[in-house]
Amino acid sequence: MTLLATQGLSKHYAGLQAVESVDFALQEGEIRALIGPNGAGKSTFVGMLCGRIPSSAGQVTFDGRDITAMPAHQRISLGMAYTFQITSVFARLDVHENVALAARRLPDSSPQRVRRRVMEALEQVGLQDRTDTLAGDLSYGHQRLLEIAMGLVQSPRLFILDEPTQGLAESEIESFKNLIKRLSSHTTILLIEHNMDVVMQTAQRITVLNFGQILAEGSPSEIRANDAVQSAYLGSG
Amino acid sequence: MDFGPHLFLAMLEGAITAAVLALTAVGLSIVFGIMRVVNVAHGEFFMLGAVLAWWIATIVGGPPALGFVMALVFAPVLTGLLAALADWLVLRRIHYDPERTILATIGLLYVIQQATLMTFGPEARPVEAPFNQRIALPWFEWGADGFALIWPWGLGTTTYKLAVIVAAVMILLALWVLMTRTRIGLIMRATQLDREMAVAHAIPVEKVYAMVFALGAGLAALGGVLTVPIQQAHYLMGGDPLLLSFIVVIIGGLGSVVGTVVAALLIGMSDGIISVFFSPTLAKILATLFVAFVLIFRPQGLFGQRAS
Amino acid sequence: MTPGGHSFLSSAPFRSVLLHGSIVLLLALLFGVLPEYHSGNLARIMVLAVYAMGYNVLFGYTGLLSLGHALFFAAGMYGLGLTMYWLDASPAPGMLAGLISALVVSAIIGSLALRTTGVAFMIVTLMFAQAGFLTILLLGEYTRGDEGFVLQQADRVLFGFDLTQPAVRYASALMLFSLCLALVAVLVQSRFGKTLVAIRENEERARMLGYDVLRHKWLAVIVSGTLSGASGAAYALLFGYAGATFATVQYSIFPLLWVLLGGAGTTIGPLIGTVFMFYLIDISSQFTSAYLLIAGIILILLTLFAPQGLAGVIRKRLIPWLP
Repeated sequence: MTLLATQGLSKHYAGLQAVESVDFALQEGEIRALIGPNGAGKSTFVGMLCGRIPSSAGQVTFDGRDITAMPAHQRISLGMAYTFQITSVFARLDVHENVALAARRLPDSSPQRVRRRVMEALEQVGLQDRTDTLAGDLSYGHQRLLEIAMGLVQSPRLFILDEPTQGLAESEIESFKNLIKRLSSHTTILLIEHNMDVVMQTAQRITVLNFGQILAEGSPSEIRANDAVQSAYLGSG
Repeated sequence: MDFGPHLFLAMLEGAITAAVLALTAVGLSIVFGIMRVVNVAHGEFFMLGAVLAWWIATIVGGPPALGFVMALVFAPVLTGLLAALADWLVLRRIHYDPERTILATIGLLYVIQQATLMTFGPEARPVEAPFNQRIALPWFEWGADGFALIWPWGLGTTTYKLAVIVAAVMILLALWVLMTRTRIGLIMRATQLDREMAVAHAIPVEKVYAMVFALGAGLAALGGVLTVPIQQAHYLMGGDPLLLSFIVVIIGGLGSVVGTVVAALLIGMSDGIISVFFSPTLAKILATLFVAFVLIFRPQGLFGQRAS
Repeated sequence: MTPGGHSFLSSAPFRSVLLHGSIVLLLALLFGVLPEYHSGNLARIMVLAVYAMGYNVLFGYTGLLSLGHALFFAAGMYGLGLTMYWLDASPAPGMLAGLISALVVSAIIGSLALRTTGVAFMIVTLMFAQAGFLTILLLGEYTRGDEGFVLQQADRVLFGFDLTQPAVRYASALMLFSLCLALVAVLVQSRFGKTLVAIRENEERARMLGYDVLRHKWLAVIVSGTLSGASGAAYALLFGYAGATFATVQYSIFPLLWVLLGGAGTTIGPLIGTVFMFYLIDISSQFTSAYLLIAGIILILLTLFAPQGLAGVIRKRLIPWLP
C-alpha cells in the first residue's frame, strides 16, 4: 500500500528551481533512502512533505489523503515524525521533558503513560541514564540520538530523518543502523543520508535526486550499478 | 475661512511637520537600516536637541540669530556624542540583540527624560526664532467679477516656517551626499549590506555603529532645534516625534531612506490635514492603527519590495 | 520536572503547593504585622503583581515580548469602571464586565498581532495600545480622559463587604492574588504550560512535534490579557479610580520591568519584582519628582547584567526546581 506520494511536486525560489516536478511514492513499511549531491534539493523536498516549506506546485498525499494544503502540525498529527538536519532540541529543557513533549501529543497521554513511553524511547537510543541532563549539555551525538527518540516516542507511521548520522561516532552509527532495522517492522522510514555505508546496509530502496529531479530509483544493488548515478554522484563524491 | 484656504493652510502646516519629521525619521531609519536595531529613545534625542538649543541660546545671549545658529551646530553634536556614549556603554555590550536593545533603549528613554526633568525642570521654555516675519498668503476666488485674488484673514505663515522646510531639504541633500559620495558613507553602506564581510575587510564595525547611532541621534536633535522656535522645549516633547517617526519608518519600509522621506511627506501632510479638519487625537489613532496594520499585512512597508 | 521514582515529597505538584501556599500565608500574616501605610502599599502591590503574573504568562513562559499590555489592563479597568459609573452596576457584574472586556480585547489583538513576530510584534502591540489610549482620550465625554473618574465609596460594596475598609481591601487583594497565583502555578505545570515553554524554547521544533503553535500563542495572549484585565478591574474597584494614565505606554513598560526584575518564567518572580520596583519608586519619589529615573537605570542594568532577574538567580544558584 502506498503511504506517501507526490505528483509534480516543485519548489521555486526567486528564479531558482530547487525541486522540479517530482513524482514519488513510498510503500508502507519500507525503508527508503533519499540521496544526492549537496544542493540536489533533498531537504527542500522533505520539507515540503512534512509542511515546513510550502510547495510552489504539485500535490502531496499521505495515506490516500491530499495533504498539500495542510499546515505542518496537522501533518505531524496524521502520523509523521521529522528530525531536523541541524539538530533541533529544546536545549534548556531536560532530556526527559524533550521526549515527553513529543509523547504528550499522543492520545491517552496520562502522566504515567507518558513517562513509560519516554523511558522506552530513551532506552531504544541508549539515553535512559541521562533523563535529568539538560539537552543543551549533551554531546552532539547524544543530541542527535535524543532527537531520534523524540521521533520514536510518537510511534509515527512515517519517520523522516534528515541526515541522522551526521556527526555520530562509528560506534553510534553501528547502533543507529540496528535501530533502523528494528524499527522497520512497524514504521515506514524515509532517510536522507550522506553516509553510503548506512544507506546500502539499511535501505530497501534508494531514490537519487539531482538538480531537483529524480535521477534514478531502485534497490541498493541497482543504484550501485547505475551509470548515471555513478557519474552524477558516486563517482564525483 | 472657506474650505479652500483652510485646506491650503492645513497643507502648509503639514509640510512643516513633514519637513521636521523627515529629518527625525531618517535618523531612526538609518540606525535601523545599518545597525538592525530599533531605538526607542530616538524621541528623547529630538527633545535633547530642543532643550540644548534653549540652553545654548541662553548662554550665548546676544541677538536671537547668533544663539540659534550656535544651537543649530552644537546641539546636534552634543546629542550625537551622548548617543555614541550610550552605544559604547550599553548597546555594544548587549551585542545589538534586537529585543534587548529595545529594552535598553526604553531604559535610556527614561534616563534622558528624567535627567532632563531634574536639570531643565518641568517648564516649557521658548527659543526665539532668528527671523520671524509674517507673510500673508493670497487665495483665488471665482466670483461675479470673474477670477480674483483675495487675502483671507488668517491665511499666512512666517518666514521662519518656510526656512524650516528649506533647511530640512538641504540637510537631507547633504545626508544623501554623505551616504553616497563619501568614503564614510561607503563604509556605512558596506556595513549595512554584510556585517561579516565588513569585519573581514577590517572595517571597525563597532566604531561605525557608534558613529551611525550618533548620526541618527544628531538628525533627531536637528529636528528638535528647528522645531523649538515654533513649539517650546519641554522634557516630555519626545513622545510625539518618536511615535510619528516609527509610523513613518514602518510605512516607508524599514531601513529604506527614500521610502522614509516619502512616508514622512505623506504622514506629515495627512497629519496636518486631518488634525485641522478633525481632532488631532483621531488623526493619531488612525495613524497608529494604520501602522499596526501595515506591519501585520505588509511588513515590507507600503513602498518596499517583498523579500523572497 | 523530576521523572522516575522520586517520592511524593519531592514531586513537582507537592513542592508547588508548598511554595505558593507559604507565600500566600506569609502575605496574610504580614497584614497583622505591618503598619497601615505599608499594608496599604502591599494591597496595591498584590493587585499589580497579578498584572505582572499575567504579563509573565506571555513574556516569561511563551517568549512573546509585548509592549502593549496597558491595553488589557485598561480594558479591565474601564470594563468595570464604565459599567459601574454609567450603568450603576454593582461590583460583581462590574468585575465580570471587566474580565469579559479584557478577554475580548486580548482575543482580537492576539489574532492580529500574532501574524508578526519579534520586533514587529513588539511594535504592533505598542501601536494597538497607543491607539487604545488615544481612544480613551477621544471618548473623553464618557471616560473623562486624563482626569479620569472616581468610583463612589458607597458603590464599592461587594457581597456586603465595604471594599474601602483597609482590612477588607487587603483581604480582597490577597484573595485575587492567591487565586491568580494558583491558576498560574497550575497552568505552568499543565500540559498547556509545558507546551508554551516548548514554544518559547524552540518554536519550529514544537511545530514539528505536531503542536499548533499559533493557537497556543493565541490562547497565551488571552490568558495573559485576561489576567492583566483582572488586575486593572480590581485596581479600579479597590482604589476607586479609573484614568487614562493607566493606558499609557508607561503602564505597558511597568509589568515588563517587574517581570524582568523579579525573574521571567518563574511563578514568584512577578511578585518579587513588583515589590522591589514599587518600593524603589516609592522611596525615590520622596527625594525627586524624576523618580522614573530609577526605572530607566534598572532596566538598563537588568538588560546588561541580569536578564534572568532575581528569581532567575535564585533558581540558578539555590533552588533549581523553582517553578
